[in-house]
Formats: sequence, C-alpha cells, structure tokens
Amino acid sequence: MHKQVKLDIRSSVLICLTALTLGISNQTSASDEHHSEAGDDKDMNFRIVTDNAPSIRDDGESTADHGKFESLEGPFENGRQVTKACLACHTEAGRHFKQSIHWTWEYDNPETGQTLGKKHLINTFCTNARGNEGMCAQCHAGYGWKDEGFDFNDESNIDCLVCHDRTGSYYKTPNSMGNKACSVMFQDKEPIQWAKVAQSVGKPGRENCGTCHFYGGGGDGVKHGDLDSSLKFPDRHLDIHMDAEGLNFACTTCHVTRQHLWAGSRYNVMAHDTEGLGLPGERRDVATCESCHSTSPHANTELAGIKLNGHVDKIACQTCHIPSIARGGVATMVDWDWRTAGKTRNGEGFKEKNYTQGNGAHRATYKSIKGDFTYGEDLTPHYDWFDGQMRYTTIDTRFDPNQGPVEINGFKGSRGDGVSRIWPFKRMHTVQPYDKGNNTMVYMHLWGDDDDSYWGNYDFGRAIRVGMAKNNIPYSGDYGFVETYSFWPITHMVAPSEEALGCAECHSRDGRLNQLEGLYMPGRDSFGWLDILGYLALGGALLGVLLHGLLRKLFSMRNGQGADHE
Amino acid sequence: MNSDKRIHRERASFKQRGEKHYVMLYTRYERFWHWSQALLIFTLFYTGLGLHGLHDWLDFQSAVTIHTYGALALIVLWMFTTFWNFTTGQWRQYLFKEGVMKVIRFYAYGILVGESHPYKKGLQRKQNALQSLAYMSFMLLIGPALWSSGIVYLLYDLWSGYSWSGRGLTVIAFVHTAAAYLMGTFVIIHVYMTTTGKTPIHYIKTMITGYDNIELTEAEKAYIEETHSVSIKD
Repeated sequence: MHKQVKLDIRSSVLICLTALTLGISNQTSASDEHHSEAGDDKDMNFRIVTDNAPSIRDDGESTADHGKFESLEGPFENGRQVTKACLACHTEAGRHFKQSIHWTWEYDNPETGQTLGKKHLINTFCTNARGNEGMCAQCHAGYGWKDEGFDFNDESNIDCLVCHDRTGSYYKTPNSMGNKACSVMFQDKEPIQWAKVAQSVGKPGRENCGTCHFYGGGGDGVKHGDLDSSLKFPDRHLDIHMDAEGLNFACTTCHVTRQHLWAGSRYNVMAHDTEGLGLPGERRDVATCESCHSTSPHANTELAGIKLNGHVDKIACQTCHIPSIARGGVATMVDWDWRTAGKTRNGEGFKEKNYTQGNGAHRATYKSIKGDFTYGEDLTPHYDWFDGQMRYTTIDTRFDPNQGPVEINGFKGSRGDGVSRIWPFKRMHTVQPYDKGNNTMVYMHLWGDDDDSYWGNYDFGRAIRVGMAKNNIPYSGDYGFVETYSFWPITHMVAPSEEALGCAECHSRDGRLNQLEGLYMPGRDSFGWLDILGYLALGGALLGVLLHGLLRKLFSMRNGQGADHE
Repeated sequence: MNSDKRIHRERASFKQRGEKHYVMLYTRYERFWHWSQALLIFTLFYTGLGLHGLHDWLDFQSAVTIHTYGALALIVLWMFTTFWNFTTGQWRQYLFKEGVMKVIRFYAYGILVGESHPYKKGLQRKQNALQSLAYMSFMLLIGPALWSSGIVYLLYDLWSGYSWSGRGLTVIAFVHTAAAYLMGTFVIIHVYMTTTGKTPIHYIKTMITGYDNIELTEAEKAYIEETHSVSIKD
C-alpha cells in the first residue's frame, strides 16, 4: 500500500487546501519519491505516513474474530456506517466514549476550576483549534466536526476506526475545505476499504494513538519531543518499554483504560505517586512508573540503590531515566516565530526546508502560513519542580506583556510543598499574536474556504478579528506579538537503566539542575566564604609546615648538624 | 646553649647506663587503630572533596559509596577504640597536662636552635602536653562534629519529608564541610609533626613497630621484668 500508487479519488474524499503550502509539516521519509501532476510539495498533510505497517500487538487471541461477524461484511460507504455496526454489539461503548476527552475536547480542572481542552485552549503552535476545527478536528475521534454545528450526542459521529483499525490503512481527512480549491493532499491515498478495516479491529497499537499524538503541534514530534513517529517501531535504546523487539508495550499498557477513559492526564498530572504498587495483580487506575515499579524501584541490596530510592520522593523517575528527548531521529520544534509569516514569492506562499533531521527527512524551517521554525534533537529537557498542576493562560486571561514571556501552560511546584518533584519538560518558545489593546491571547481564523482565513490571505488583522468575533471574544482591533512558553512534561522515551543519568549529571558544578534554587545539592553547591576559609586553613597549614621545615633545615645547616630531637 | 649541650651529654651517658629501653609503647591495637584511622580519614577526605565538587577524579556514585562505607567503618573503629581507651585506662593519656606553652615555644623556636624537647615520653606519658590538647580537641570537637553531622546526613531519607529538611540539609552540610576542613588542617600539621623526631622518619617508624626508646623508672622496669606486661627489647 504505497503512496506512489496513484489512484483517482472521489471528489468527496479529495480535500482541498490552499494552493500554497498547507504543509503543516514534514515527512518522515524522503518526499521526492512522491510526484504529483501538480508537481508541488506534497506534504500538505501534517502526518504523512509512508510506513503503514501496523505495530504488532500481542494480547493473545481474542474471544471474538471480527472477521467472522456478518454485520461487518458491509458494504459500508463511510465511517458512520461502520460505527453503527460497532455500536450494534458494543451497546454501551458510545455512552462510555462520549465521556472521554478524545470526544469532548474539554476538561474541567477540578483543582484550578479552569475549563481546558482543545475546544477552548490557546496553544503555542497553530495557536487555537477553536474555530479551525475543519482542519484541527482531524484529530478528533469523530466524523464531521467543522463548526459549532457538530452534534456531540450523536453516537454515530464517533470514529471507532481511528483508534481500533489494525490494518494501518485507515486515515482521516480534514472535515472542511481549506481556502481555495484543490489540494493534492490525499491524491495518492487509496480509498479506505471500509469492510476490511471494520473486520480488522482490535485494541489500539502505537500507530493508532500515534496518528494524532505523534503529530501534535502540526507535525511529527513538533509538540512533545518525547512522542513522535520513531516510537512506532522503537529499539530498546529509544524506549525500553515500547522496544518493538522487546517488551513492545502498546500505549494502553501503561495508559490503563476503564470504560474508554485513560489514565495519564497532562492537564492534571500525577506528579508524585506515593501509593506505588497495588494489591496483588496490578493497579488499573494510573499510568505512573510507580504503579508497576513501586515507590522504591532501585535495589535495596546495594548502597547506590538505597541512595537512589531516597531520591524518589523529590525526583521524578523520568528526570533520570529519560536522558534526552527527540532522540529517535525525529526532531522536535523548540522555537516558532509567527512574526515572519506571510512572505510570498510571485504572490504565492512557499516553504524552506533547511533542517535535516536524524532519520534524513527534511524539515521546514520556514512556511509562509506559519513563520520561522527552529528544531532540536537529542535535547536536554528543562527541569523544574512540578506539583502536577498545569495553569493555563486561556483566552480570557489578561497578562502584562512586559513581564517577560507569557506561560501558556505554566506550572507551580516547590521543594517544600510535599507534592512536587523535579520533572523534565520540553520547553517551547514561541512568538505569537496577541491582543495589544486588551492584553489577552487571540483566536485566529486560520482555516476556511473564505477570504478571512489567514491560510489564504496572510492577513493577521482580519484572521484575528474574525477568529475573535466568531467566539464573541472582545478584541481591541490592535494586535501585536508576544513571547510565550509552553511546557510539556516528559514521560516517554525511557532509556534502558544502564543509560539513565549518572549522579554527576546533576551533582556537579555545571550540572543539569544548576538553575534550581532553594535546595542544597552535594557536588553542586558550596558555601562561599566557608570554602574560602577552608582553603585558607588547608593552604595556610601546608605553607606553614613547609616554612617551618625549611627553617629547621636552614638552622640545622648553620648549626652544622642534623636535627636531633625527640 | 651551653647548658643544653650539657644536658645532651648527660642524656647520652644516661642511655649508656641502660636506663633507657626499647619498649613497646604503642600496642598492636593502638597501631592498628592509628593506621586504619589514617587510611579511612584520607579516603574520606579525598572522596569528600570530590563530593563537595572540588575535584572529579572519582565518579560521584563511587565517591558516595566509598565515602559512606568508609564513614561506617570509621564509626565502628571509633566505637571499638573508645571501648579500648576506657577498659585499658589509656584515656588518661589525653588529659590536660601542664607545660603546653613550653611545648609550643619549643616548636616555634627551640627546635630550630637545637634545644631538646621539654617533654619526656614515658610509659604513661606517651603524649606531650600539646599533643594531648590537640588529640583531645580532635576527639571532642572535630571528630564529633564530623560523625554527628555525618550520621544525620546519612539518615537524610528519614527526615527528608519534613518541611525544614531543605534548610536542615544545608546546616548539616555546612557543619560537615567546616569540620572536614579542620580535619584536613589537623592532618597536615600532624603529618608534618611526625618529621620532627630524631630523624624525619623516627616517629613514623615508632608508630609502625610500636617500640620507642624511653626512660624507665626503676619501679617500671622491675614491674615489667616481673610481669612481662610490656614487651621490651633490651
């Protein structure tokens, strides 16, 4: 099922994008093997997957072979019909799934009272999914969310296949047209064989979750740094648990599931699991390391192990066991500058691909629709105390742009709060539009088959005005650019134990935790004047005895005899 | 000066009369204690400097391991030695003696001009007044500061959960580091002082063999001959 097999695709499937360059990103393999008649850049889709082979997930034989169900023989014309067939037997699955954040894109944080979720949030990448669902809701596990008209109660809108297809051949397309007609995005895609995928369902493999989670932020590895397409078939060095030749964990091995609700929220992170192992068997409620490895995971039979176990209360496992991120050959984005977006050549948008990542693929360093990008690989994370609670700058948060970068999802934590541990983060730096008059972030109207969308007219003013108006958010009419940070707790790409960080990575003068204050760390910290006094005492004693010895020598020579004392 | 030379001659003749003897001044246990303590203190000082970030000639994990085991060993040694000191009565050697200023004056001046040491060793007078003072402060100040802060430091995990543990660790580390600098200073001077004997290695040799040439009183000599409680070479 190679992409170069060209097929005619019904116009209903042919999704159109701007003629320019809606390449939200990059490919994971060389793009030059794909030639379209238009001859233009084909990585319009933000997740071009060239290797469609599904990961192997061996849960033993299921009690049901879906290939034997008459109801799945089809024919099906679309995904909704497949969903109806699924729900005919899995009668409660729809009700369960509708509780899931994968469906609601909404999360009410019980700790902070903030309403979060992609449905509402500002982010530091394409800035807002809200209002741009026609494109962004490709990663909504449903069919047809393109505007407020989407019916969240209609269970036939649920997309079962995006998570449960085990052939690797299922794919999603944007729910609405982008600006101007004609994209070649899916020109090379084979049409989905609905009956085949319906009969091949199973528990999700890494590529199912990865369809969206590897490509967050608009491209492979862009957002997280510890989640990218290299985790589809990782080796043990990249991830000891997902090692395709070894443990071969699926995502849900850790992200345990109960009625379509998954453990492991990044809005409300369990930053410190003090419970550890459950009763015999397994805990089935958390995705923490401790839930399998216990709260004293190092060997208590040796001193180093005891000492490391003593660190568990203050250091997240991830801090030592994920020595660097984006180390599978796929780069992660570390800087995005929207200010330079909108340049054209001969009236057309363009992109420049001046970064070649570890696996040989070329990454865009400039796109007219987005601006300038900087990438990083094998990155040392940013470390800080983290109590698990993300605090978001939402559309209605007012901030002072002169107070330095706005933390879109800042976090709190300190050594003494009893909860926090030192966690690794990927820190993303962005320069993005904001409402200069009201000192708030803005919703931009990026996607749409109209004259107002930025990905078409390159007019920030109009895109912001329309994006804000659509959601009844007050807009001063005056926009500027503000620096922002976003923070992504790191928890994947766990290295084998022998590749975990050594003590001196932190316990040294120029270690990884140099910027952390409020704690004494042996090897890193000293006591200024005490050390000076100490050196003086040691040096003074040495100098003193040398001098004394010299005097003895001189005097004894003068006396014409060796020292003779007791 | 003349009187000093006279004393010298007298002492030489005194020795010829056989009043001085090579006797076992430092018993096997004392020597074992001394040298194993020396080895442990050097090890602890070296690894400790590394842990404090002053050198990286040993990786941190090995340094922590060696430092910890070394400290435990030293604590055990000190417990045994304390026991030994009290059961043998040797603890009296460390009591304050008169004449500290004379000894200080000797090392500051007399030693240069060839005066003889103002203090004479004896079976029950192994240390001069300055030594006793130095060893006493070693045992009562530097040592306890090190082992008490060290033990609390080792047991950090037992109290790391308290809100004051951050400040507590800083204080503990401060005391431990400060005492370590004092210990280092002590060792440098102590090692140098060993070179001030008859020959530069006389004292070191004594501490290895245990024998030193000291005056015995008639009573001591008679007692030793009667009981064989102390080894005597001549």
